[in-house]
Amino acid sequence: MSNTLNANLNKVNSILERKLRSFLSGPKKGETFELRNGLVSQYKHERKDSIQRVIQAMTLGKDVSSLFPDVLKNIATYDLQQKKLVYLYLMNYAKTHPELCILAVNTFVQDTEDPNPLIRALAIRTMGCIRVDKMVDYMEIPLQRTLKDENPYVRKTAAVCVAKLFDLNPQICIEFGFLEQLQELIKDSNPMVVVNALNALYEIKDMNTDENLVVFEINHEIIQNLVLCLNECTEWGRITILTTLNDYTTSDVEQVNHIIERVIPQLQHVNPSVVLSSIKVILHHLEIIPSQQQRDGILKKLSAPLVSLVNSSSIPEAQYVGLKNIRIILEKYPQILSKELRIFFLKYSDPLYLKLEKLEIMIRLANESNSTILLSELKEYAMEFEPSLVSKAIKSIGSVAIQLSNCVVKSVTLLNEIIEQRGGDLIINESIIVLTNILRRYPRKNDFITLIIPIISNHIEELDRNDSLSSYIYLLGEYPKYFSNLHDKLTKLVEQFLSFDPILQLNTLTTIVKINLQSTGTQFSSLLQQVLEMSTKECENADVRDKAYIYWRLLSSSSSVEVQKRIVLSKIPAIKTTISSFNPIILETLMSELSTLSSVYHKPAKTFIDASAYSRTPKTNEKLEDLKTKAKKEIINNVKNENLLDFDDDGNENGVGSEEGVNSLLDELNDLFMAQPPPTQSEAPQQGQSQTNDILSLFNTIPTTTPGKPSFTGSSTTTNTGSTVNNDLLDLF
Amino acid sequence: MASQIHFLDIKGKSLLSRDYKGDIPSNTIEKFPLLLLELENSIEEGEYKPFINNQGINYVFINHNNLYICALTRKNENIMAIIMFLSKLVEVMTQYFKSLEEESIRDNFVIIYELLDEMMDFGIPQITDTKILKEYITQDYYSLIKSSPQHLLTPPNAVTNAVSWRKDGIFYKKNEAFLDVIESINMLINANGQVLNSEILGEVKIKSHLSGMPDLRLGLNDKGIFTSEGDTSGKGIEMEDIKFHQCVRLSKFENEKIITFIPPDGEFTLMSYRLSSAQFLMKPLLLVNCRMKVHKHSRIEIVCSIKAQIKKKSTANNVEVIIPIPEDADTPKFNPEYGSVKWIPEKSCLVWKLKTFPGGKQFTMSAELGLPAVVDSEKAIANNKPIKVNFSIPYFTTSGIQVRYLRINEPKLQYQSYPWVRYITQSGEDYTVRMK
Repeated sequence: MSNTLNANLNKVNSILERKLRSFLSGPKKGETFELRNGLVSQYKHERKDSIQRVIQAMTLGKDVSSLFPDVLKNIATYDLQQKKLVYLYLMNYAKTHPELCILAVNTFVQDTEDPNPLIRALAIRTMGCIRVDKMVDYMEIPLQRTLKDENPYVRKTAAVCVAKLFDLNPQICIEFGFLEQLQELIKDSNPMVVVNALNALYEIKDMNTDENLVVFEINHEIIQNLVLCLNECTEWGRITILTTLNDYTTSDVEQVNHIIERVIPQLQHVNPSVVLSSIKVILHHLEIIPSQQQRDGILKKLSAPLVSLVNSSSIPEAQYVGLKNIRIILEKYPQILSKELRIFFLKYSDPLYLKLEKLEIMIRLANESNSTILLSELKEYAMEFEPSLVSKAIKSIGSVAIQLSNCVVKSVTLLNEIIEQRGGDLIINESIIVLTNILRRYPRKNDFITLIIPIISNHIEELDRNDSLSSYIYLLGEYPKYFSNLHDKLTKLVEQFLSFDPILQLNTLTTIVKINLQSTGTQFSSLLQQVLEMSTKECENADVRDKAYIYWRLLSSSSSVEVQKRIVLSKIPAIKTTISSFNPIILETLMSELSTLSSVYHKPAKTFIDASAYSRTPKTNEKLEDLKTKAKKEIINNVKNENLLDFDDDGNENGVGSEEGVNSLLDELNDLFMAQPPPTQSEAPQQGQSQTNDILSLFNTIPTTTPGKPSFTGSSTTTNTGSTVNNDLLDLF
Repeated sequence: MASQIHFLDIKGKSLLSRDYKGDIPSNTIEKFPLLLLELENSIEEGEYKPFINNQGINYVFINHNNLYICALTRKNENIMAIIMFLSKLVEVMTQYFKSLEEESIRDNFVIIYELLDEMMDFGIPQITDTKILKEYITQDYYSLIKSSPQHLLTPPNAVTNAVSWRKDGIFYKKNEAFLDVIESINMLINANGQVLNSEILGEVKIKSHLSGMPDLRLGLNDKGIFTSEGDTSGKGIEMEDIKFHQCVRLSKFENEKIITFIPPDGEFTLMSYRLSSAQFLMKPLLLVNCRMKVHKHSRIEIVCSIKAQIKKKSTANNVEVIIPIPEDADTPKFNPEYGSVKWIPEKSCLVWKLKTFPGGKQFTMSAELGLPAVVDSEKAIANNKPIKVNFSIPYFTTSGIQVRYLRINEPKLQYQSYPWVRYITQSGEDYTVRMK
């Protein structure tokens, strides 16, 4: 049987080779020519050397696909190194020469029977990577054989190959019963094989588009088996098993106890991803445990491992992922790290993004007992160099004051110190916003007002940002009695009115109306008149005009002053916090997606992952993309060739050929670009848009969770919550 | 897990790539430099993150020696695992080539492809242990040709064994195990000499020269390990956050508090621990007091004193005090009471070196530097760097951890073996003193 197959193949080989040889013979000079000579050299080392150079050219991005037949000749060798290189070349260029790949099949099949397990595994691994449809037909026998190989190294490689086959052709993969065999391998005696079988099944599950196909079901028995394997696996194997344990849900308390018991030792693993995956499994099963006491006991055990995620021995990128996950877990279980503030202190050598994220955690850990040390740390950070760190440190001081009422005086004094000692636009602007927010948290408290307003009054001249000016103008309207020289200050605002941005105009308008209603005399009425006139006559912004008309009509209506006051001077509810939090539904989703990409973007997977990416890729898409690049490359190559050919004797023939090639390729290219909706191009933006819509819709729900958000517009107060939402939105992108 | 892995230079240009799955177009990575540029432009706003999501494709990357190592994926994958895999990749290649940088990638592309193939298959991480990989992916491949068919390379049993970190048949004439207990101290001290934050990062390193498959059991005076949690009367110490090498039987430790393991051959880190050191480190080991007086537009005076607050018998070695100074300072004059001072203008700092430093002693150094008459005020603010101190103290552990015993038992060979233990306390990455 195999003899006839071989004979047939050989025949096909020789015919194909002759045909392709004439087709592919390009210019006879230059690097390619030299390489080709080397590849067919009679000396072993020359051939090997040439193969290496071919691979090197490939690495550099040169197209060496024209050497395909010559490289292929070197496939039958005892030299493992050389074999690997040829296989590597095959994997890379199989797509460009699908017909020629058949020539290699023979060697592949032979190699899967080699006495050396390393070669058997190499062959089956490479076969699966040659993504050519025709390959599928030849894969059945070798794959069957290697899946039952006596050597676990070969079996574990073959297990992955099943997933590769499924990717190429799901029907055949199922027909030949590979799926069942894979399910059997989960019970293999070797942990590495078990894990790879599991991984392959996961891949297949993701690729599968057939709803009726059950790829695999996690049941009690499998879990039992996996739990036993856990300690014998490599770190990556452990992660796979932990993922499976996380996907398994049971209400059986005894089982849950057993799983948690087995997973807890993994918290001591040196690899942070094993630690994080273990934490995830434990948190997933935690709720099933009925006893509150036991649950708390388990949670307590998680605090040291969580801290270890920000251990300075791991790379900053890993620490960052750790911090992002900690932030999610902290929101669900606020007490879990209550004693660990110091761990999150910034290190001078931390990259900026890490420092900023650490600050996020620090403000969430603030409590009565650690506030003193936290505030003095924050002050240090406010003296640092990076502007974003400085502004975040100042915001954090504000958050602490807003969180803990007995820290207000301390925080405000601290801010004043920072302004006095360092000063500068950035610090003053940020501090004014923060101070305003503190007043919005504790409105109408005389001692706080008398503490804060003088600080602000001293630095009015230095405010140059819309948000900080808005804060100041808002305070003017809210607490006019506390400002000295109120009339001068207002006059100045009115003078600048027309040069303001609409947001400031709206604020100024509101403030002046408010002051007018509060004051008994008529000293401000001329200012009011001016502002109303400017807003209605000279302003281009419709919002400002509308608002001015509303005020004007209200004030000139027959309603009593009392009613007017009730409308204009109504008190806004106090804000509760400036620390952003997740919507409860999103929090639940994020908890279930810990350690994944969504945990660092802080948004559920469905908002940024294309669901179809899980199934097999739409081939047409890919082909088009490939074809485009291929076409571009061809044109470039041909242009180069033409230059070379000018000096060549037999250039004419080839030249014409290549010119034709160029033309037809150009046509093809034109087609590609002209065709009305080229799928790759049109789909992407659409996706992008639907994603943003999704995201926006998510955030529409957010304000409900921050009850402090004021309900009227035109006041400075919108800036604060607005900016946290903005920040979140920015995070998303 | 990852569809493609790329090695890229600092500008984001691809040096070497491996496509594992074929579900992402091969030219996708060409967008990376642009995306990187966009990201870097946002650094000032603190928006930098080591991840990019662009048109449904996620770029996850780490930075190493002016290289980016980047993985691409379409799925919502386990990002911590990807990052750790990339960092493992760096670790393995560093062990292979001494240092992983642009040049070593160009020089070793053959072996890198081989390693990439062995370490990951279809995006699934496989074997990442350098010791095992070195068994069958050998640097000097010419030796392969010479070997006769009988000696053909085969996958080491260890690859798929339960003991995947040690091969069979290791033999040493003299069986020895060397234990190093190294404690790195990270400390943050404010200008008044108060300790703001301190931690001890401990490591137990082993260099094993043992034959066969020895089973080792390590005894420490750790409270969490050797006494029950309720019992605090013992003189033991309490470690937090202990991490073990994969060879340690974690469940045995969890249940019986015993550290048992079959060690890998050669050097490895058996365990690491962290101590939130409030209980040990009330005062700094080396107390630095530095006063800097800036006379604007003319000169700076620095007076720095350092005191070793350790036992009189102990000695701190190779002490270095690195004092940052303004970038534009020049013409230095020093007067150290002991040791030597050097000015390193390219790093804008003074380095005061004291080779040996007996416990309890105190030394002072004074220095003076000139300042240019015209000063850019921005620069003065920028210089907020803390003083850094480096040192090492042999025969001493801050936590008081001690190795009680190391039992070595090889069931088949039954040899005599000798464990050696060394202790050392040294400065960590962040032993810093803030300046006034």
